[in-house]
Amino acid sequence: MKNLYLIAYLDLKESLRAKWFLVYSLVFGGMIALFFIAGVTESQVMGFSGLSRLLLMYIQITIVILPIFILITTVRSISGDRDNHILEYMLSFPISLKQYYWGKIIGRFITVYLPVIFAMIIAVVYGAFKGADIPWSIFFLYTGLLFALSSAFLGIAFFISSFVKSSEVALGIAFFIWIFLLAFIDIALISLMMQQRFSTELIIGISLANPMEIFRVAAISLFDPELTVMGPVAFYILDSVSQSMFVLLSIGYPVILGLFFAFLGYKIFEKKDLV
Amino acid sequence: MIKVSNLSKKFGSHISLDNVSCEFKKNESIALMGANGAGKTTLIRSILGYYHPTNGEVSINGLDPIKHRTEVLENISFVPQLPPPIKLNIDELLQYISISAKVDTDKIIHYANEMKLDIKSNMNKSFFKLSGGMKQKLLIAISLAKKSDIIIYDEPTANLDPKARDDFYRLLQQNEQDKVLLFVTHRLEEVKDLVNRQIYMDLGKIVSDDRF
Repeated sequence: MKNLYLIAYLDLKESLRAKWFLVYSLVFGGMIALFFIAGVTESQVMGFSGLSRLLLMYIQITIVILPIFILITTVRSISGDRDNHILEYMLSFPISLKQYYWGKIIGRFITVYLPVIFAMIIAVVYGAFKGADIPWSIFFLYTGLLFALSSAFLGIAFFISSFVKSSEVALGIAFFIWIFLLAFIDIALISLMMQQRFSTELIIGISLANPMEIFRVAAISLFDPELTVMGPVAFYILDSVSQSMFVLLSIGYPVILGLFFAFLGYKIFEKKDLV
Repeated sequence: MIKVSNLSKKFGSHISLDNVSCEFKKNESIALMGANGAGKTTLIRSILGYYHPTNGEVSINGLDPIKHRTEVLENISFVPQLPPPIKLNIDELLQYISISAKVDTDKIIHYANEMKLDIKSNMNKSFFKLSGGMKQKLLIAISLAKKSDIIIYDEPTANLDPKARDDFYRLLQQNEQDKVLLFVTHRLEEVKDLVNRQIYMDLGKIVSDDRF
């Protein structure tokens, strides 16, 4: 365990000094600052106002940028170390592969999760200071959802990192996965629906298997428990599971998905040549 | 200490090691030589447990370096040909080594001083920002402080000036008792006073193995 924490601690320290981390933190912190400057908390759109409105906007943007940030900054974690011979030297010391791999994951998780959650905390504190009502239920839901989304993409990134030979290929695959989950599944599903070859339940099932999609739906479920903004799809979801069960599913499923990919990545890392 | 039996390693269709067998015992200092692509680095990486053999096996003190990686690596010091661009600062790197391999940091500082490298004033500097020679000196100091039974050097003097090379060879002579010293080198004349065995590899095979 000592070595696991050592690897996590050193990876965390290394990441905190990296330029990408500075940009990453500025993007999320800056986004919140921009919302306050732009007066988002004073605006009212579709019945949402104050901090709820701000958090909704924050989460909608986070859905798009958080996965790609996690993928591109993490996917080179092991493949990059392999590429430039860091792995060859660091693994010449008596550290087990399990400690090295999972230590890196823990360190990297803290690095990617903290700025996102910290930006939200700043929003809540500043909002409270300005006298706004704090939507605690939304805040805790988003904390869980961001945790789940970060876990899913971190697991996927480490999985890619474990088998690719060069960091350029790793970046290419990461970008493809992001585009695929962000847009292509929706486009493909719409065309499938138009052709009506598959049952609607199947199409919605495939759609909700996408961690970004389930995140998106869960994010609006607290504002709009009937999911009316989603149209008829909401009936299928809410007929199958209750709203609270759906929220639990939207947090549990991405976490399990992330752990599954991370574990698969570990098995590959263990079985493959290390350098 | 090290036993390599019928070891073969293929990368795709390329045969990097072709049925290699050899044994390295205590108090042997070996110069491992050969042209580029002869299989020297593949052999070293197999001993370190980085490669899964296509055929054959490696055993270090009776242990498989892949299945018993931590036990095996407790007894091996390794210095690569080119220092890797590690982004940790020196303090963090020494922390990594002292905790994972139980190496006394004061001993690393001692050997670094012997190599004329002042690391105390560079503790907060990233390892990759040191000059090539400074990096190599630090890696050598770490390898000596680790007090391993097996020391593997892959072209360790490539970045060192003549004075630093002399320091390095002097320190090695003081520390070579009861160990296996394995040098990958292209310059036998530099290590000829240190080695008592010379192995020449070509196209993945051992073509000569002389003791003197």
